[in-house]
Amino acid sequence: MQPAPRSESRVTAGIVALAAIAVLIGGAFAGLALEGAHDPSGAIAAFDGYLLRVARFTLWQALLSTLLSVAPALLVARALSRHPGFPGRRLILQLFTVPLALPAIVAALGVLALYGHAGYLAGVLGKFGSGEWPGIYGLSGILIAHVFFNLPLATRLFLEALSTVPADQWRLASQLGMGAWPALRLIEWPALRTVLPGVAGLVFMLCITSFTIVLTLGGGPAATTLEVAIYQALRFDFDPARAVVLTLLQIGLTFVIVALLTRLGANTVGDANLPVAPRRYLATGKAETVLNAGLIALALLFVAGPMAATVLAGLDADLGRLAGEETVRRATLTSAALSFLSATLSATLSLSLIAARRTLALRRRAGSAMSLLEHATDTGAGFVLVVPAIVIGAGWFLALRGFTDVFAVAPVMVVAVNAVMAMPFAIRAVRPAYDAASERHERLCLALGISGWNRLRLVDWPSLRRPLATGFAFAMALSLGDLGVIALFGSDSVQTLPYLLLARMGSYRTADAAGLALLLGLVCLMLVVVADWLGREAKA
Amino acid sequence: MTTANIGIAAQKGLAVALDSVSFSYGEASFRFDAEFAAGRITAIMGPSGSGKSTLLNLIAGFEAPNAGKVLIGGTDVGNTPPSARPVSMVFQENNLFAHLSVESNVGLGRSPSLKLTSTDRRAVAEALARVGLAGKEKRLPRELSGGERQRVSLARVLLRDRPVLLLDEPFASLGPALRDDMLDLVAGIHAERHMTVLFVTHQPDDARRIGENMAFLDEGRIAATGPAADFFGRSGPDAFRRYIGDRGGSVAGSQHIARKRT
Repeated sequence: MQPAPRSESRVTAGIVALAAIAVLIGGAFAGLALEGAHDPSGAIAAFDGYLLRVARFTLWQALLSTLLSVAPALLVARALSRHPGFPGRRLILQLFTVPLALPAIVAALGVLALYGHAGYLAGVLGKFGSGEWPGIYGLSGILIAHVFFNLPLATRLFLEALSTVPADQWRLASQLGMGAWPALRLIEWPALRTVLPGVAGLVFMLCITSFTIVLTLGGGPAATTLEVAIYQALRFDFDPARAVVLTLLQIGLTFVIVALLTRLGANTVGDANLPVAPRRYLATGKAETVLNAGLIALALLFVAGPMAATVLAGLDADLGRLAGEETVRRATLTSAALSFLSATLSATLSLSLIAARRTLALRRRAGSAMSLLEHATDTGAGFVLVVPAIVIGAGWFLALRGFTDVFAVAPVMVVAVNAVMAMPFAIRAVRPAYDAASERHERLCLALGISGWNRLRLVDWPSLRRPLATGFAFAMALSLGDLGVIALFGSDSVQTLPYLLLARMGSYRTADAAGLALLLGLVCLMLVVVADWLGREAKA
Repeated sequence: MTTANIGIAAQKGLAVALDSVSFSYGEASFRFDAEFAAGRITAIMGPSGSGKSTLLNLIAGFEAPNAGKVLIGGTDVGNTPPSARPVSMVFQENNLFAHLSVESNVGLGRSPSLKLTSTDRRAVAEALARVGLAGKEKRLPRELSGGERQRVSLARVLLRDRPVLLLDEPFASLGPALRDDMLDLVAGIHAERHMTVLFVTHQPDDARRIGENMAFLDEGRIAATGPAADFFGRSGPDAFRRYIGDRGGSVAGSQHIARKRT
């Protein structure tokens, strides 16, 4: 009925994108189901004490990580919000965005370089203990790395919540002579409380699906999570039945948690805007100022420490020799090519979904319900976060091993899985711009008959190229630093930089690893800075 | 008045008719039965939400009726996409692509792929000159005033040269003097091209200034139609007189008077 036949191509593109995603995820599930059906007794036998221990540790480390990240973040965020004129406040907040950009393996190396057995702080820490510092492998290492990632994230999210308190409330508070405690109780805590479940849920989710940190810092069967156990079952023990059971358990666990999170209204993509310091009309007492300054300084040291250690250790490495190494060069090229392809695919898939969603929403009459297809294009992308990359990788690994050399398909798997994993972020970067441009241009394009390629070239591309570049750079950074799928599918013939890094760590060539980590960290950081800058320009 | 040579044979206006057209939008429902005479300027007035913009959107093809027919020049355009209908429309805002120059924005009226021949470019320049924007071809919309931006839209209307022109409050955000200038420009274009103009406005002065006919909408229906002079006289429809308040009675037959006031 609606006279918009030319918009069909946009819907078709969306359907194709959804189909591609469905094949990727569905194929993985089919692989798991076939393997399970092939050997049901083996799968049942795999439910043993080891499995339960792994599941328990997965939950336990996530719970502790969440507590240790969120509780201090509340205090730090409040301290930062109370002192809008704190020296270097902007810089601190920018520094707090860095962990978001750093690949997990780089952060893990930074943590080791600082607190490890031979780390920069080993001497100092050893004096507190019984002589020699044992290092931080195991639970302690996992916790430190998780807090390094999530404390800054939670702080920024809380700070954003605090910045939503209207200036009038602060004016009123100062007029009424509210001190620190009543202000916390009556103004700040209500603002924090509304976002607390969401932020805690997000951090918990990130920790439960954390793979690289646990792989590199966890030690032995005592400190293994489900995802790492899946990897070990496939790569070392080659025990497909166990892999299937572990994977199903992981899927079940994430589904339950995401269902809970959605009820709490969590923001499962987790990207905080840098709040501008609003003018405050609040006087802070001397004791409070000292306390807050101490808190901020501690958080700063904790977050900056591993970064500084990464840089120092990286500079110590023989960078010249590394750069000349054939393996390093090949891995760099492979990484660049794969992440470029992955980002291109991610941006294309995202744009297809966004355009289809918008077209369907326009076509729908006001007040009527969304069709299933529109739902799929709207929230479908978010669901990929429920299915960890390792799970998809494991499913395909099992499905393909009967037909082909699984290591030969590594490039395809890495590109496809990372593209889909980065999609929620790319969609967040592009969708507001696309919808706003469509709002402005839709009728005009219809009236003038501008459609298809002409529309893309003349109308959409000029208004979308910046947000698309943002999404692209972000997707590329994510893909570049990823050590998930490549850990399963990587081999001597197909190595990415993170894979090579892991290999060097495994063979105790720590200096090499540190050098590679510095390189990888810098490139990812640059990409995210560019993405952020492009995004900001696009908004202006 | 001299006829600007845009290089196109002027098309005569076509009659626009809505035959038992019904449409619903959320809670609101509309039902239109009307005939707008070819080559005339009809001012469309009515309270907010009465369906003025919906009426225009149905004719332009941005909305599809649940039932009934939209006829332009006697042809049912129900299955014709907006760009293929013999219609140009100017909105209140967003008539221009912000990233394209004035010349490109007008040129899109000739070619949706923006492949312009030198003849096309000349036509664009002439259309811009006709609306008083000679020499501003390379400007971006943001470098123009609000009035100038709407002039660009009218230049594109000239270039497309469709028999029906729909104006959805295009001058609502302009000051009184500027609005009068724009209305006179529309009247001038109409005098050259004789297209059918449907013109939504909230301002009785606008309607009196250029409206030959009037249509008054209320609660999703066309409540009254007729010559503008009758509407503003003492014998005007009651609902319309209530809508515009006391002013209606005191300016009987005021089209002539209003035209002199600037």
